[in-house]
Amino acid sequence: MIDQVGVNQQLMFDGESDEKQFLTFMMHDEEYGMDILAVQEIRGWEPVTTIPNSPNFVRGAMNLRGTIVPIIDLRMRFGIDAIEYGPLTVVIVVSVQIKDQQKIMGLVVDAVSDVYSIAEEKAKDVPDFQDSDNAYFVHGLVNVGQKMVVLLNLEKVLDLSDKSGLKG
Amino acid sequence: MKKILAVDDSASMRQMVGFTLKKAGFDVTEAKDGSEALNLAKQQGFDAVISDVNMPVMDGITLIRELRNLPNYKFTPLLMLTTESGLDKKSEGKAAGATGWIVKPFNPDQLLAVLKKVIR
Amino acid sequence: MSIDLSQFFDVFFEESFEGLDAMEAELLNLEPGKEDSETINTIFRAAHSIKGGSGTFGFVSVSDFTHVLETLLDQIRDGQRVLTAEHVNLLLKSVDCVRGLLSALQAEEEPDLSESHELKARFEAILGGEESPVEEAVTAAVESEALQSTTYQIEFKPEPHLFKTGNEPLYMFSELAELGELEVSAFHDAIPDFLEFDPEDCFLHWRFFLTTTREEQAIAEIFEWVEDDAEIKIEACGGLFDDEPAQTSSAPQIGQNAVTAPSESSGDPTAENLGSVETVKPDVETEKAQQTLAAVQQKVETVKNTKTESRKSSDSGATSIRVGIDKVDSLINMVGELVITQAMLSQIGDQDITESSIAALQEGLTQLAHNTRDLQENVMRIRMLPISFVFSRFPRLVRDTSQKLNKQVELKLVGEQTELDKTVMEKLSDPMVHLVRNSLDHGLETPEDRIANGKDPVGTVTLNAFHQGGNIVIEIMDDGKGLDTDKIRNKAIANGLIQESDELSVEEINELIFMPGFSTADSVSDISGRGVGMDVVRRNIQALNGSVEVTSKQGVGSTFTIRLPLTLAILDGQLVQVAAHTYIIPLISIVESLQIDISKVSKVGKGLEVLRLRDEYIPILRLYDIFSHQGAREELDKTLLVVVESDNYKIGLLVDDLLAQQQVVIKSLEANYQKVDGISGATILGDGTVSLIIDISGLIKLSGLRRPGSTELLVDLKGEEAEPA
Repeated sequence: MIDQVGVNQQLMFDGESDEKQFLTFMMHDEEYGMDILAVQEIRGWEPVTTIPNSPNFVRGAMNLRGTIVPIIDLRMRFGIDAIEYGPLTVVIVVSVQIKDQQKIMGLVVDAVSDVYSIAEEKAKDVPDFQDSDNAYFVHGLVNVGQKMVVLLNLEKVLDLSDKSGLKG
Repeated sequence: MKKILAVDDSASMRQMVGFTLKKAGFDVTEAKDGSEALNLAKQQGFDAVISDVNMPVMDGITLIRELRNLPNYKFTPLLMLTTESGLDKKSEGKAAGATGWIVKPFNPDQLLAVLKKVIR
Repeated sequence: MSIDLSQFFDVFFEESFEGLDAMEAELLNLEPGKEDSETINTIFRAAHSIKGGSGTFGFVSVSDFTHVLETLLDQIRDGQRVLTAEHVNLLLKSVDCVRGLLSALQAEEEPDLSESHELKARFEAILGGEESPVEEAVTAAVESEALQSTTYQIEFKPEPHLFKTGNEPLYMFSELAELGELEVSAFHDAIPDFLEFDPEDCFLHWRFFLTTTREEQAIAEIFEWVEDDAEIKIEACGGLFDDEPAQTSSAPQIGQNAVTAPSESSGDPTAENLGSVETVKPDVETEKAQQTLAAVQQKVETVKNTKTESRKSSDSGATSIRVGIDKVDSLINMVGELVITQAMLSQIGDQDITESSIAALQEGLTQLAHNTRDLQENVMRIRMLPISFVFSRFPRLVRDTSQKLNKQVELKLVGEQTELDKTVMEKLSDPMVHLVRNSLDHGLETPEDRIANGKDPVGTVTLNAFHQGGNIVIEIMDDGKGLDTDKIRNKAIANGLIQESDELSVEEINELIFMPGFSTADSVSDISGRGVGMDVVRRNIQALNGSVEVTSKQGVGSTFTIRLPLTLAILDGQLVQVAAHTYIIPLISIVESLQIDISKVSKVGKGLEVLRLRDEYIPILRLYDIFSHQGAREELDKTLLVVVESDNYKIGLLVDDLLAQQQVVIKSLEANYQKVDGISGATILGDGTVSLIIDISGLIKLSGLRRPGSTELLVDLKGEEAEPA
């Protein structure tokens, strides 16, 4: 397990006070948010080509208008039980800078939910997440009305070479 | 719209000069050496010519001399782009019929400021 | 007006690198004492352009340095100075130095100035310090600190020929007017009688009173171009005059304050309003969720649009390619034909289908196939560049290296116009440099040795490129001493690569130099033989789907032969089925495909199956096993074996079925994902699905058939088990 204190410090925001827009989606009855600027498009689920010997959360590769895009099942990435894909299952195509390289990837989530404007400073640091292996992927928590939204750190979620946040 | 012929063998300089002049509302034609410029100048009329000095095929001084001898370019502003180390080029250029010179390096604003002396 | 100069940087860097290449090539052609003026002029112009551009675009480190270069070249050009060998060496070093500075600047890094300072000092020493440092201020408008205004009296009396210099007094006066308050008086007393009046001459002269906060210099600048064509007097009259100077004469006045400065419109309204955001409660109901999805899609779209606007094109990784206009023209022609075919087909599609229209349709489709193929070939040609781009760096390399080694070498370049893909070319350069250095260092003898062996003291290295089938072949030949097989053999034994008892043919011995860690140089020089060996060369070339081989004759010389596909973008592929998955095997590596005769399969070692095929034993790789796919056919007699060859080893890939053969466009899987062992890339099939391309040599590694770092398969060709080390 990694040093939680160190991680929490990393999660501090870089002092921007502007409101940012977040796309939220549902997974395992929880609402997660990601920076909307990273989102390229939202598509329905369609079958993909299996990539041999890839981690189980990599569903395969898809043809996105001529570009080969890997598709990640976010449930499996987080170690949540997989479910059957249904009509609401969507693939959120994101563009993320990972180690100096801009990568386009697709994320399979249960359903998209909404877009919120959230002031960055309103987001709280991750509380004591000692029990969770997924704290590593979390950027911060924020309350919208009665709900709590988990803001994700996409760079970490999608850095497949970085195993530190993964369950063994 | 006034027409300017910009001559330089360096594509980046040509683009910079061309872009600057177009933004300032001139109609710009580009040429990559003196010979190409001379041919263009004979085919169509220009209200001013801005030319680099050191170019392959035909240099800027020769271009200016040839242009000044053409009846259509008797009074046309012919400017040369020169470097500070080419001071003697200035007089050589003047002797060939250049109206004036613009010293490299220059930025777009300087180019336009200088140009106002001869074309508006 | 503000113009972002960075938009011109790419072009500037590109042309500067080209200029440096030209400089280098011309410098290498120069023989001091025999230089011709055109060569010097070309070198001068390149330096001059780089200086001009770098100054303009604010790369001071480059412009400062190239300035001394230019000065020296200018003096040589004008015959004030005689070109020496030292100059050439220094200039060549400067080319490298400027290249380094520009590369750093292009990568937006801080350039290392130590070398340029050192070289600059040496140039200045040559120039004898007579050159005064460039200290001309480049700053634009000089903001005068003193806001106190002064009144100047200016007399301007042009020579009659003024108009013929292209200067226009009216515009100059407008400029003056912009400096402050201007009073103009014109005098026509010099106008001659009508008969002598030449309308092309200027007979007027003027007097101005200008009250301005600017310095005299600003006024002088306006008249700078006509200094020699007019009498100009500028005098500050300060307090001697009243604020309003009396009009001096009743002469006609011209153009008083006639010009107003063009007002600049600025501030583009790019206020990005991302819109207010309403919150919709997440609903599990399908319909509502769909609505949400649609709404969210729309918002994403909006945000994306604003995003694209604001995103800067900071993609420094983008490179450009120069394409001959003839290639572009032929593309345009082909697209034209394609449009005609499309029009024809859509016309057929609009009508009712009859028997005759079916024939026309078929004809149209044939036409379309033809157009598409032509277009594809020509688009590919855009990426093709003559190999001279790589060859051109070798004269310099050979010159420098042979000097260091005290060898005399003549370099011959053959087939420089042979074209190949730009990407392949970029990756070919390093292996070739290594091979050429190797030839110079290990292949060619010293002049003394050559004379002793009855050879010309000047050795020859030849680079030869030509097309053969779908490949480009590049030969690196030297007429040196050839590979010393005894020495190689002993070295290999010492390194444990082979056994004392192994009987090897000459070819097999020569092959040993491509084994990892092999080096035959008696001493490790800094020319070659340090760290990187021939194994790296081979690996790099294999990574391009190519091969490298050596032939050698003792005392006569060696030839290294590189074979590469012409392009990396397209591949002839065999589609195969493995369980429910379709893979592509590069056709070029397929030897044959066959049904397995079970009686000829035997098991060796830990369950590895080998097939006896004529005189060879072929290890069988079950693809479904390696790729962990469920549901494939496992019985050997119900499957097919595709025998492929890579790195001179044959293996058999077990597949469920052979599908079509087709050309596929190679796409990167790594770009958005990561390297996958055994897979070299991906492509998109006709139905839009993704299919992965098998990397044979990666597969061999993945299967564990080969010992890491060894080129030997764990199974030797006699079909007996080799003990893992």
